[in-house]
Amino acid sequence: MYRSYVMVCSGQTCGNTLSDRIAEEFEVQIKLAGLRQEVQVLRGGCLGICGSGPNVAVFPEGTLYSHVKLEDVAELVAEHLLKGKKVNRLLYDENEATNTVRSLSETAFYKKQMRVALRNCGVINPRSIEEYIARDGYAALEKALTRMTPDEVVETVLASGLRGRGGAGFPTGLKWKFASGNRGNVQKYVCCNADEGDPGAFMDRSVLEGDPHTVIEAMAVAAYAIGADTGYVYVRAEYPVAVKHLTLAIEQAKSAGLLGKNIFGTDFSFNLHIKLGAGAFVCGEETALMTSIEGKRGEPHPRPPFPAVKGLFESPTILNNVETLANICPIILNGAEWFSAMGSEKSKGTKVFALGGKIKNTGLVEVPMGTTLREIVEEIGGGIPNGKAFKAAQTGGPSGGCIPASLIDIPIDYDNLLSIGTMMGSGGLIVMDEDTCMVDIAKFFLEFTVEESCGKCTPCRVGTKRLLELLNKITDGRGTMEDLDRIEELAAFIKSNSLCGLGQTAPNPVLSTLRYFRDEYVEHIVHRHCPAGVCRELLQYTIDPVKCHGCTACARACPAHAIVGSPKNPHTIDTAKCIKCGGCIEKCRFDAISRH
Amino acid sequence: MKSEKTKIKSLGDLQRVRTRTLPQLDPAEGGHPRVVVGLATCGIAAGAQGVYDALQTELQQQKMQDVLLLPTGCIGICQFEPVVEVFIPGQPKTTYVRVTPEKAVRIVDQHLKGGNPVAEFTIGARQ
Amino acid sequence: MNKQSPECCGGGETKEQQLLAWIQAHREEKGLALPALQKAQELYGYLPVEAQRIVARALDKPLTEIYGIATFYSQFSLVPKGRNCISVCLGTACYVKGGGRIYELLQQKLGIAGGGCTEDGRFSLDACRCLGCCGMAPVIMINDDVYGNLTGDELDAILSKYE
Repeated sequence: MYRSYVMVCSGQTCGNTLSDRIAEEFEVQIKLAGLRQEVQVLRGGCLGICGSGPNVAVFPEGTLYSHVKLEDVAELVAEHLLKGKKVNRLLYDENEATNTVRSLSETAFYKKQMRVALRNCGVINPRSIEEYIARDGYAALEKALTRMTPDEVVETVLASGLRGRGGAGFPTGLKWKFASGNRGNVQKYVCCNADEGDPGAFMDRSVLEGDPHTVIEAMAVAAYAIGADTGYVYVRAEYPVAVKHLTLAIEQAKSAGLLGKNIFGTDFSFNLHIKLGAGAFVCGEETALMTSIEGKRGEPHPRPPFPAVKGLFESPTILNNVETLANICPIILNGAEWFSAMGSEKSKGTKVFALGGKIKNTGLVEVPMGTTLREIVEEIGGGIPNGKAFKAAQTGGPSGGCIPASLIDIPIDYDNLLSIGTMMGSGGLIVMDEDTCMVDIAKFFLEFTVEESCGKCTPCRVGTKRLLELLNKITDGRGTMEDLDRIEELAAFIKSNSLCGLGQTAPNPVLSTLRYFRDEYVEHIVHRHCPAGVCRELLQYTIDPVKCHGCTACARACPAHAIVGSPKNPHTIDTAKCIKCGGCIEKCRFDAISRH
Repeated sequence: MKSEKTKIKSLGDLQRVRTRTLPQLDPAEGGHPRVVVGLATCGIAAGAQGVYDALQTELQQQKMQDVLLLPTGCIGICQFEPVVEVFIPGQPKTTYVRVTPEKAVRIVDQHLKGGNPVAEFTIGARQ
Repeated sequence: MNKQSPECCGGGETKEQQLLAWIQAHREEKGLALPALQKAQELYGYLPVEAQRIVARALDKPLTEIYGIATFYSQFSLVPKGRNCISVCLGTACYVKGGGRIYELLQQKLGIAGGGCTEDGRFSLDACRCLGCCGMAPVIMINDDVYGNLTGDELDAILSKYE
């Protein structure tokens, strides 16, 4: 674990020779200053402000220096790294281009990011294999096939510390190692999980759409490592653009000889097929996904046997998610140490988050593991719009939970998230403000799992349904305090007795909201009141006769004709007719309608 | 750009493709302006295909064949889609946000042809 | 993802012939039942029992197994769909940003419940899982077109584009 990282941009524009020398100079100066145990020099990753290169960034603080010369390095080490003082004269000037014209790379949204998995997204033309190759594409495959043994590939991935980006965070190298025995004697498969089902996560779609070749190349590397000759990408049919780009990329790779027989003149051959999902969330679970590739009902089955032993078509199989694979080629090219230098102690590298919900900057962000939630929400995300307060962030989708405002300074990595009752999941990060009701959110996720439970095992099929009924009781104003105990009891039972990950994690959103927002549950039960003003059965809409101008806008918008009043006179709401849809509030320009 | 027949068999082959393609990826080396439009699903949902078409038509009408117009993937800033990025040799990159077909025409005329970035359409004007 | 796949020389072919030809062409592939049903739905617009029977016979599998697959996946429909399929995203981000209200508005405008089809067969309406356009929430998808940042006011204009 290093205290600081100096990242010397070695993107194409920064000029490889000069930036290489700058990086070397940093290493020399850091050693001279006695900081070798504390500061790590990283090469690579375009910092995206090519106009001002060579660029150097110092993490974790994210200070950016531009136009760095060889002779500036000693000063940077002495001042910034040793004394912690920024060297102002070298600081990157946001406005250097002109006063107003700015590019994305210069915004706060972009500056704290470190793009590894997304390195090509939004940069190259995804329909051109040449542009992918121009950004070092297929060089990792070439290196692996011609200069590394399969075991060395497995060891490199293992040493990098890369963990699966799709959910549970199992070490990728270990998965490969388990499947690597008996090479050449048995049929094996490499599969890519592109069945991105967590609502709120879309990084896999973005990688497939924006950089499809990186997935193909990484799967070929994986196939070489374990001794497989066939691969399947299982992708959601709801992603037509991704399917189109991936199909095209596979054709291009085939005609360039990068898929097929004797790749790079070696005796390694690899063929890749696309399988379309058909809309079943459970197929994101590995055993269910493989059953679905086999053309059957995508139901999970118990493990062991693990897929590494007996997976697709009964053969040893590895399954990696899209973002995991997007990290493979840079690891092979730059080495395990390069990767493991980024991130936190047990979670290496970067993680892509799909930032959404009540936040100013929505989008995909890639940050080193261990970045705090505050940095993501406030600095990259630009905070909560409309002056509202941050209430919680939801991670891990229907398998995860909430991070409350009190824990906003927690460094985000696999283990920290688990310890506070949520999980990394695939990286959806939905921000919620004071207008979000946490009971309602728990209900939302549970409705999702009830809908998506495949029905094979009873704890999940029946248990989640009963759990949802208890929540509905609470949001309808019929809940009792005993219900909270029953929820906890039932949740624990579902977690420990369900067959697959879907059921085992389904109660998490309920447990997590109950853990951090118990008051809100109690408020619903005891006072029959929804503090966020969301739970419909508990709401009352009223019009303030003083503020109402009688403009009739609300009455016209009301689908239930529940608002009466003559023009220019205050209106009233007939609560018996009101369906509590909230349409009137949106239409009122005088802030006269309130909801309690 | 089409080179379907090229088989890639060695590091040398990769390097040849790289050397040939880098100028189009990096305008500083190629001397050609490069314009990319984010055409991932979010971009398309926000109308990026119409923007791409408008750029293409305007570039043709202005006979600016040297400008490389290309689709790209998700740039990552969903709420600003459609996003167009302009790279002109010797100038810093410009990111245009919430571009419409009408704005696209002005970007071609004022920035790519006239050399003056349209400040009010850039991401900076939106911050 | 072509709605009408330009299968060559298929001018006069019935749907059944096209489906059988497709299965024949993909015989060698493993796990064909699911893709074959996807092809059938593309041809028929939904999965009538005849289509399931064709797939079952061609793959030499019991109809129960094919029916089991057809009912497992939410992509498949056993009832006819409208000419234009509207999917309202109710993923987390859309939900938090009012996707539920857009869904209600569409039900009112079309006079049908979720999962239903208008009498003239013009639209069918469904809620769907995350479309992955969370940055533009709330979003809907009509056929393959995605519309984002909806407030509800633009729905009439969007619907009018589809016949």
